[in-house]
Amino acid sequence: MNSDLKLASDNIKARHRKAKLFRMFCAGVTWMGAGLLAILLIQVTVDGIKWLDYQFLTSFPSRFPYKAGIKSALVGTLWLIVMIAMVSIPIGVATALYLEELSRKGKFAKLIEINISNLAGVPSIVYGIIGLAIFVRGLGLERSLLSGALTMSLLILPVIIIASREAIKTVPMSIRQAAFALGATRWQTAWAHVLPASFPGILTGVILALSRAIGETAPLIMIGALTYVAFLPEGPMDSFTALPIQIFNWVSRPQQEFHELAAGGIIVLLIVLLTMNATAIFIRQKTEKKLQ
Amino acid sequence: MQLARDVDITKKKVRWGEWMIESSLAICATISVVTTAVIIFILAKESMGFFQVVAPTDFFFGTSWVPLFEPSSYGVLPLLWGTLLITFGAALFAIPTGLASAIYLSEYASPKTRSIVKPVLEVLAGIPTVVYGYFALTFVTPLLRMLMPELQVFNALSGAIVVGIMILTTISTLSDNALRAVPDSLRQGAYALGATSYEVTTRVVVPAGLSGVMASFLLAISRAIGETMAVTLAAGATPNLSFTFLESIQTMTAYIVQVSMGDTPAGGIAYQTLFAVAALLFVITLILNIVSQWILSKFREEYE
Amino acid sequence: MSVSAEQLRGTVSLDGSSTVFPISEAVAEEFLAVQPRVRVTVGVSGTGGGFKKFLAGEIDINDASRPIKMKEVDKANEMGIGYIELPVAYDGLSVVVNKKNTWVDHLTVAELSKIWQPGSTVTNWSDVRAGWPEMKIRLYGPGTDSGTFDYFTETINGKSGASRPDYTANEDDNALVQGISGDEGSLGYFGYAYYAANQDKLKLVPIDGGKGPIAPTQTTINNGTYAPLSRPIFIYVRPDALDRKEVRAFVDFYIDSAAMLASEVGYIPLPDAVYAGAKKRIEVRELGTAYHKDATPVSANLLDAIK
Repeated sequence: MNSDLKLASDNIKARHRKAKLFRMFCAGVTWMGAGLLAILLIQVTVDGIKWLDYQFLTSFPSRFPYKAGIKSALVGTLWLIVMIAMVSIPIGVATALYLEELSRKGKFAKLIEINISNLAGVPSIVYGIIGLAIFVRGLGLERSLLSGALTMSLLILPVIIIASREAIKTVPMSIRQAAFALGATRWQTAWAHVLPASFPGILTGVILALSRAIGETAPLIMIGALTYVAFLPEGPMDSFTALPIQIFNWVSRPQQEFHELAAGGIIVLLIVLLTMNATAIFIRQKTEKKLQ
Repeated sequence: MQLARDVDITKKKVRWGEWMIESSLAICATISVVTTAVIIFILAKESMGFFQVVAPTDFFFGTSWVPLFEPSSYGVLPLLWGTLLITFGAALFAIPTGLASAIYLSEYASPKTRSIVKPVLEVLAGIPTVVYGYFALTFVTPLLRMLMPELQVFNALSGAIVVGIMILTTISTLSDNALRAVPDSLRQGAYALGATSYEVTTRVVVPAGLSGVMASFLLAISRAIGETMAVTLAAGATPNLSFTFLESIQTMTAYIVQVSMGDTPAGGIAYQTLFAVAALLFVITLILNIVSQWILSKFREEYE
Repeated sequence: MSVSAEQLRGTVSLDGSSTVFPISEAVAEEFLAVQPRVRVTVGVSGTGGGFKKFLAGEIDINDASRPIKMKEVDKANEMGIGYIELPVAYDGLSVVVNKKNTWVDHLTVAELSKIWQPGSTVTNWSDVRAGWPEMKIRLYGPGTDSGTFDYFTETINGKSGASRPDYTANEDDNALVQGISGDEGSLGYFGYAYYAANQDKLKLVPIDGGKGPIAPTQTTINNGTYAPLSRPIFIYVRPDALDRKEVRAFVDFYIDSAAMLASEVGYIPLPDAVYAGAKKRIEVRELGTAYHKDATPVSANLLDAIK
């Protein structure tokens, strides 16, 4: 009897030991993953920080590393953000509103839903090649900001739609029902009540989608943005360069100084992204409480 | 003045403004369908042109990819293999690591730890791929070459490691969501029966959330397949059908970028190879995405 | 250096050779200082790729590391597009190996051909010359859109475009530098400027063209003794583009500063008489090429050609 008890107790101890080891393993792995990413960021910062000064931000790229800067790239990226936002936000939010509020949830809506999920998973380079075929060649827009913005808008449209739908879904039915009870049409409800209520959530989703667009390089390379550009664009049909393109350009050069310049560019890019993401998370946390 | 009893509320009054707005929204919604149609149409059209010059069997089963030389050969297997090497290596690293960290986050971490680590992971998931390419070229490759001097500057291993780190965040976040969705009652029941946390996790929680976890794996793999910048910078530009991580290879995505690098003049076989390879890439990722969605819908355990 | 007094606006688009790119980039950068409102873009699609765009009217100027081919001349006549051929510098196309490569003292043209010809069976350094190590030889070079590729294959293998295909082909010469500098058994070729900018990472190989091994230097390229890999490099300008003041100013500036900037990036400036001849061509809009076949003459002919 005693030996049975001992056996059972040993068994329990062994199992708990195993559990403890497992827990340590999982924790260790998590922290290792975090550690790897920390190394990445520290490495980039160490390499690039010495190039990061006012001159770097206000100079054009140059063949001399000490003269080179990201002015044209930064401005190009800002142009892109604005143009992409102008195209993708209206279409994306409109689609989300349609799917959630106005459609009859029939076959047509289902088809659109499936489409959007699939489009969200298409590699960015395929969007690039499509952009090349349609915008650069088909519509003759050449290597302009417009080609770039339209291509990137196609890329992030599914993301905006999905995020907007999630935001709209969280609006309580009671708001809609109250509006219907007062005789409002579906559109009036959507525009005057659902949209304002889901606005913060949509905003969060939009900011995250835009921050993804800024970091993409491959589609811009495909439409021909990989050129030496030492001027600021003045209109949507101008040639341009962007932060990730300039970074890629500098990393491709074998000289050590250009690698460090690339690191500096990466720091700027990460700061822009971090600001956007922090804003999005901040908005989300502030409003998550409100709707309860 | 119209009396209430005279108004016929059974007749549906058409409001033209309303109809216009609803239609424009519907049109916006169809843009997504149009996009898919356009993608398929363009890829198919150029690929058709390509397959008129190159036999499909040569393309799909040929082992030599030299499309631009004389004599040319259009076997896509080296590119496909390059993509597979990177994806396989990345998955080998990222799947166990990602799952383990998802388990830690959902089962073991305190709410305070979780509230810090989870947003950090989400932000890290947004790091652009060109940064990973930089990291591979300036940090990973030199480090590996110190350990393995026979490693080439452009090699598949660095690419695989860096892509692995990238999809680690994807797997971690998505699997964590899937595991969190498993109701607590299942865990409590298992603990009540005397199970250890290890047993609860591996025999109850993970199997319950398996559909979400598997879907996250597939999505991560799909992302690795479509990854361009890190492999372009670090993995090389040599189509290579040998099983080695130490040499330079070329993935499908790297081929598309490296060949066009500025842009490719329209027409001609070079232009068409871009579309043939892109079409193959599109089909592969599409299948993976559809399968992952199917898994999610079919096998999702419904509780209550 | 002539400077236009008037502040011009507009765009000038260049594309083409990665070999000529360092010069064009330098010219564009210096031009920006005198004409800040003119937008100059320089792409790197390769000489062949650049010509395709040039002939489609998509760019104003094509950077070319080889003369225009007959095929392209025919296409130009067919499309009704003129071109003004302007040599800008000499390049000594350089063959390089890894810094740790101790055994290569020079290579003969015959050996180069043995390594690079289509169907070549050379896999180790010992296959090239007896006594060399049994190390695998890894090849790096430009892709098929590159003028350097055309020129090298024509000169070494006898036919433009004839090359073994199993090497790391990249239009981006910087990637080639990175690859070669990290690979002990490597061998590659590109324009001299890319060696000049990376001398700490690469070893230059003297070439024996029949008169003993000669390394590319200022002197040997200039007097033609670095043979057969010395070559002039060009820009081709669309005459209708010259109607635009900003393009005219840019091209004038290019030729005026070519001597200084070419040597800065590592190429060899042409004799003053050649640049003067080039400026005259711009002035009178003289079309056509001095190279009627795919032949690539050595530097001496250039002086005759430009007159």
